[in-house]
Amino acid sequence: MKTGLKSFTLALAGIAAVGAGGTAQAQEVKKGGTAIVHMISEQRTLNPALRASTGVYNITGKIVEPLIDRGYEGYEPVLATEWSSSDDGLAITVKLREGVRWHDGEAFACDDVAFTAMEMWKPLLNYSSALQANLESVDCTDDHTAVFNYSKPMPLSLFVAAMPDLGHPMPKHLYEGTDILKNEYNTAPVGTGPFKFVEYERGQYVMAVKNEDYWREGFPYLDRIVWRFIKDKSAAAAALEAGEVHESGFNGVSMADVVRLSKDDRFDVGTEGYENNVAHSTVEFNHRNPILADVKVRQAMHHGLNIDYGIETVMRGFAAPGRGPVPKAGGVNYTDDVTVYDYDVEKAKAMLDEAGYPAGDDGIRFKLRHRPAPWGEYTQLWGEYFAQAMKEIGIDVEIQTNDAPGFLNGVYRDHDFDTANGWHQFRSDPAVSTMVWLRSGQPAGTPWTNQFGWKNEEIDQLIDDAASELDVDKRAAMYHEIQRQNQEILPVIFAIEHPFISVTSKKLMNHHNTPRWNSSSWYDLWLDE
Amino acid sequence: MVLPVTGGADNESCLMRLLLPPIVIYALRRLLQAVPVIILIMIGTFLLLKLAPGDTVDALVGDMGGADAEFIARLRQEYGLDQPIYVQLWVYMTKLATFDFGWSFVYEQPVSTVLWDRLGTTLLLMATSLSLAFSIGIALGAIAARRAYSLTDNVISTLGLVFYATPSFFLSLMMMLLFSVKLGWLPVGGIKTIAGFYTGWDHVWDVALHLVMPTAALSLIYLSFYLRLMRASVMEVAELDYVRTARAKGASETRLMVHHIMRNALLPVITLLGLQFSTVLGGSVVVETIFTLPGLGSLAYQSVVQRDMNTLMGIIFLCSIIVVVVNFLTDLLYARLDSRIELT
Repeated sequence: MKTGLKSFTLALAGIAAVGAGGTAQAQEVKKGGTAIVHMISEQRTLNPALRASTGVYNITGKIVEPLIDRGYEGYEPVLATEWSSSDDGLAITVKLREGVRWHDGEAFACDDVAFTAMEMWKPLLNYSSALQANLESVDCTDDHTAVFNYSKPMPLSLFVAAMPDLGHPMPKHLYEGTDILKNEYNTAPVGTGPFKFVEYERGQYVMAVKNEDYWREGFPYLDRIVWRFIKDKSAAAAALEAGEVHESGFNGVSMADVVRLSKDDRFDVGTEGYENNVAHSTVEFNHRNPILADVKVRQAMHHGLNIDYGIETVMRGFAAPGRGPVPKAGGVNYTDDVTVYDYDVEKAKAMLDEAGYPAGDDGIRFKLRHRPAPWGEYTQLWGEYFAQAMKEIGIDVEIQTNDAPGFLNGVYRDHDFDTANGWHQFRSDPAVSTMVWLRSGQPAGTPWTNQFGWKNEEIDQLIDDAASELDVDKRAAMYHEIQRQNQEILPVIFAIEHPFISVTSKKLMNHHNTPRWNSSSWYDLWLDE
Repeated sequence: MVLPVTGGADNESCLMRLLLPPIVIYALRRLLQAVPVIILIMIGTFLLLKLAPGDTVDALVGDMGGADAEFIARLRQEYGLDQPIYVQLWVYMTKLATFDFGWSFVYEQPVSTVLWDRLGTTLLLMATSLSLAFSIGIALGAIAARRAYSLTDNVISTLGLVFYATPSFFLSLMMMLLFSVKLGWLPVGGIKTIAGFYTGWDHVWDVALHLVMPTAALSLIYLSFYLRLMRASVMEVAELDYVRTARAKGASETRLMVHHIMRNALLPVITLLGLQFSTVLGGSVVVETIFTLPGLGSLAYQSVVQRDMNTLMGIIFLCSIIVVVVNFLTDLLYARLDSRIELT
């Protein structure tokens, strides 16, 4: 992984507004051509202000732009040009780019931002509705200045970190006075981005063409982008090899094909461009089970897991050991100064004996029912490895396979499990979607939250304080403390952190040059053919 | 299939018999009988699907990578999933009575639009595969039967067995590897070259190229069914007395085969064709998924995974109608092939 994620550079330095186009290039840029991108699953909606999901951004990132994007050097202005906060943290002022037009020709202005923030980000957008819960109003002091008013202090660093994913303005004139959820533009988006939406053929593809009126002069290079839906991973690998598809991101081909294609000199294979899209493979405990409520048992189970073996066999080396709820991509909020658990079967057995669970005549100490998440190869294999590893220390783990709705209900609503394994997806700042894994009091049925029957008042307090702490250093210190405590008492094991993997044809130039590249606008992408 | 003769027709139906040709009366009666069957199928499917854990909101949230509690509750309310099941069923059935299939929350389109878009591809794929399999299958089967236990028969029968035993996903992937990746002759998948913008005959040729491998993969399996059944059937019929009579009268082997044996030997094969045609709308999940053909088979599979009730119910409704229609047509065809069979 690249470690180019520097601390939050909040002041505007005007970095990289021109991007890679200005830097020296070995080859002359060729204009034109159609880039074809593989997508595993169809998208229900193409409105990033209603659905926060990498699957949506992978398409809409090229059509609809956010206020702020993330580059390797820090946060980059897109539709916003400057941002600042009042001293009390209750008002955040955002200056908007002038001279930008929506694809239908209307001018982009503060009204659009205010409308989207109040009508979509706050009430309708997943994760954003929690983030913007204290947003009272958005005032337009002029056409290009938006002031976000909060009832409780909003850390500017949190606001900015959330914007690349949760800060896409939509055109007010197409949404005002309509039923927003059923608006026809949700599947035919109108944005300000370098590419204009053309058509969405269900089950086949989405197509976008060059926006001739794009605000970045001279961009984009490509004439057209096509996203092809190929459900079968082997067929997707064949399409890459036959040259029918140029890129497959988000682990769109099987790991066996990833390894095979990484030796093929027609492709670039790797995790570059996903530094901001990092997920943990987890082990989740149901603390309502008295055995698992014992911290000694959880620690022993962690000692029984060979994390390095998991990384090598399941993730084929494209991963790193987890160090608590915040991954390295968390920047200042990350610390690796935490307890780690070496793989040590004997120690694990001794700890289980000590905890009062000696092995029976058949070598089994106790039985657990395990639910593996069906999120693809990683989670399924990781779940199987977990069961095997537990067997070695005398814990009999019975795997209950289920599909997505079955898993989500079984674990997060009905709490019908002993252990589970799935993903925790990190979204730029721990306050966005990470702390809900530890904060008690989450209503049953909310996926990816603390449904584990675990409560720690000290940590609850820390989480609440950090969410509205304005001082960047103090805030980071709180998150470090939460990570240290998590690693000590292990309510959840954030076992392995991994970015996604892309297989990219070498014909694509300037690919994976930002830390959330598949979600970004690709204005500087070009095709060498 | 063929109804037993019902006794004691009342006056009213006597009157109808006078006004309408018998085939229309037969069709009307079959239609009336189909209505309760379809209603039962729909209610049964609805309840069965409700037994599966989770609903479309769970599937959606799984796809999105998460959402907060209010978001989830609001979506359930929006989709009407917060209502008790019998209310949901009632709402669905009353809508269906007016042929309103409802809204697909996965595709954010009316279900009728979603189905209509997919219907063409599936019909094209299934019609080409089935007709190819049927014609080649019966031809090979007849040849094998006439030369029973010869080398020709052994080769044909072995081939049939191999086709029958090869899983279609394996066949599909191997063909893809050979013809697309290694040789580069055929496209990997899809129904047309995206961003090719072909029109007229170029478009037809383009679509045909895209259908070569999926059609081959599908028809080889069906072909083996027809081949084996036809071979057995021809061998059986060839032993019958009337064939011996015809031969004694001096009919040539060709005439014997075409006029005397084939016609009777086809009956069980037609039954199978009718049964398989009923599954046409179901498409082939495996072949459609591997070749990314936007057909009803992959749609049905996706709808189960995504718990897209309305779309799935729409597909099942279409399928039940097709089954009823095809059964009716099969019966007509029986009557044509064997005049001893009466439609009543």
